[in-house]
Amino acid sequence: MRNAFADEITKLAGARDDVVFLSGDIGNKLFDKYKAVAPTRFFNCGVAEANMISMAGGLALSGLRPIAYTITPFITTRCLEQIRNDVCYHNVPVVIVGVGSGLGYASLGPTHHSCEDISLLRSLPNMNVVCPADAWEVRALLNAALDQDKPTYMRIGKKGEPQIHASTPKLTIGKAERLRDGTDACLIGTGVLLPTVLDAAYKLKDIGISAAVVNMHTVKPLDTALLADVFATFKVVATVEEHSLIGGLGSAVAEWAADNGPFKAQICRFGTRDEFMHETGNTKYARALFGLTAEDIVARVRRAVEGGPRA
Amino acid sequence: MTAVSRTNADLPRIAATLRGEVVQMSHRAKTPHLASCLSCIDILTAAYWGVLRIDPARPKDVTRDRFILSKGHAATALYATLAHAGFFPRADLDSYNVAGGHLAEHPGPDCAPGVEAATGSLGHGLGLGIGMALAARIQARDYRVFALLSDGECNEGSVWEGAMFAPAQKLGGLCAIVDFNKWQATGRSQEVMHLDPLIDKWRAFGWQAVETDGHDVEGLIKLMSGVKPSNERPTAIVAHTVKGKGVSFMEDDNNWHYRIPTEDEVAKAFAELGLS
Repeated sequence: MRNAFADEITKLAGARDDVVFLSGDIGNKLFDKYKAVAPTRFFNCGVAEANMISMAGGLALSGLRPIAYTITPFITTRCLEQIRNDVCYHNVPVVIVGVGSGLGYASLGPTHHSCEDISLLRSLPNMNVVCPADAWEVRALLNAALDQDKPTYMRIGKKGEPQIHASTPKLTIGKAERLRDGTDACLIGTGVLLPTVLDAAYKLKDIGISAAVVNMHTVKPLDTALLADVFATFKVVATVEEHSLIGGLGSAVAEWAADNGPFKAQICRFGTRDEFMHETGNTKYARALFGLTAEDIVARVRRAVEGGPRA
Repeated sequence: MTAVSRTNADLPRIAATLRGEVVQMSHRAKTPHLASCLSCIDILTAAYWGVLRIDPARPKDVTRDRFILSKGHAATALYATLAHAGFFPRADLDSYNVAGGHLAEHPGPDCAPGVEAATGSLGHGLGLGIGMALAARIQARDYRVFALLSDGECNEGSVWEGAMFAPAQKLGGLCAIVDFNKWQATGRSQEVMHLDPLIDKWRAFGWQAVETDGHDVEGLIKLMSGVKPSNERPTAIVAHTVKGKGVSFMEDDNNWHYRIPTEDEVAKAFAELGLS
C-alpha cells in the first residue's frame, strides 16, 4: 500500500499545485519521485509529529492541501490534540495518513501497533475515517479525500497486501461497497482484513452458509442506508477489523443498531481484545492471537447462523 | 495594501484604551486572565498600529500579514485590538462571553474578522504559523507571520519542535514573540520550569533572537519591522513584560491571573489609565 500511496501522491502533486506532502522522517527513498516532481512541496518534518500536524493546519488555513504521513500511532495518538484543535476544530482539509496500521508492524511491538486510532479519530467532529483494503483503494480514497473540503484520516497497511481489486475502483467516502451477495450472514469488513473476510465467505460457502460481504472502507461517516438494509435482511451481521473492539467499526455499527433498532440480527464483532501484545510475532501471528483469521470468522459466524451459543 | 498603521497615531493613548477595554470586559463577563491580557497590550498595539500590513476591510486578503494569538487566554486583548483597529464594530465587544455569541474566552475559528486561528490550548500557534509561513513561500507571497506566545506556553514541547523546524527551513518571514511576564498560572515561570536564559534557548535553536522591553511600543515596532521573508533566520523577540501592566495594583501580582475586578477596581484602573 505504501508504494501505491507514494506513487499516487506523486501523480497528484504533478496534477495540482496545492498538494503539499509532510513526512515524519519516514520513507527513505520512497518519496524520491515525489521530490523530483514537487521539490518545494515536500517537507521532512522530522520526528516532531505535533508540530507537523499544526503546520498542516496552517498550510490548509492558507489554501493548500497538506497530506501528512508517518507510522500510525505517531500520527494519531501522539499528536491527537493537534489533530483535534488545529485540523478538526478549524475544519480544514488536511489528509492524515497512518502507515502500518493495526497490526501491520506487529513484530515491532505495541509501541508501533495501532488498534485505537479509528476509535479516537472518529470521535473528533468533522473528521472522515477511511480504511483502504488494498493498494487500489489507497489511490481511490486519496483522490476522494482531496475532493472533500474537510479533514480525512486514512489508515493504510504496509506492503505486499493481497489485492481485492484489479484496478482503481470508483469509491465515494461514506458509501460502502457490496462485494458479494449472500443470504445467511453479512460480513462487514474494513481495511487490511478485507481479503480475510472474503476468504471466510468462500470457506463458509464450502460448508453451506451463504455470506454476503460488504467493504465498509469508510468508518465515518457510516453508510447508514446500507446498514439499514443489512439489518433488515440478515439474521447475522459480523464486523471485522484490525482494531480494538472498543470504538472501531464494530462499535460504530453496534451504536447505529442500538439507536435505530430493534433488530433481530445477532452482531458478531471481530477485533483485537483490550490488551497489549506481550509476546513477539509477525502480523500473521498477531492476527491469529487476536482471533482474526478466516477460520476464526468461519467458526463464530457458523455458530451464530446455526443458532448455537456465542463464544 | 492599506494598513492599519497610522504614523501619527497616539500609541500610548491607544494602548491605554485597550487596557481599559480588557479590564471592563473581564469585569462585565466575569472572566479571568486579565493580567495576561494587560501584559501583551503593548505588543498588540505595536503589531496592529505599527507593523502588520492588513486592511481591516479585507481581513481574508491572501497577501495580508498574519498575527496568531498563540496565548489564546489573552482573547479579550485580541478582540479589543481588532475592534479598535476597525475589523469589527466596538459594540461587538459587548457580546463577549454572552450566551449564544461568538466571542468566547478563547478565540474560535473565524469567530470574528481578523482572528487568524482558534487557540486556547498552549503550544499550537507557532506550528500553525510555521505552516502559514511555508504556504507563503510555496505560493510566492511576501507576507509575514507573527505568533505571540506566553512564557508559560514555552513549557510545551511542541513549541520547541517548531523552534527546531523553522530555522531548518530558513523561515525569515516568521516571528515568534514571547510575552515574558515571568509568571505562569500558579507560579514564577523560572521556578516551575527552568526557563532562563530564554533568549539563549531561541538563539541556540537557530533563531535571530533579540530581547526588548515589551512595553516599549516604538522599540517593538522597530524589531518587528525587521522581519522579512528574505531573512536567513526566523526572528524570536523575547519581550520582557510585567503581568498586569498599566494598573498598579495588578502589576506583578499573580492573583490577577484569575481574579476578576470589582466595580471599584475598574474605576480605579480607569483613573490610572487616564480613561473616563
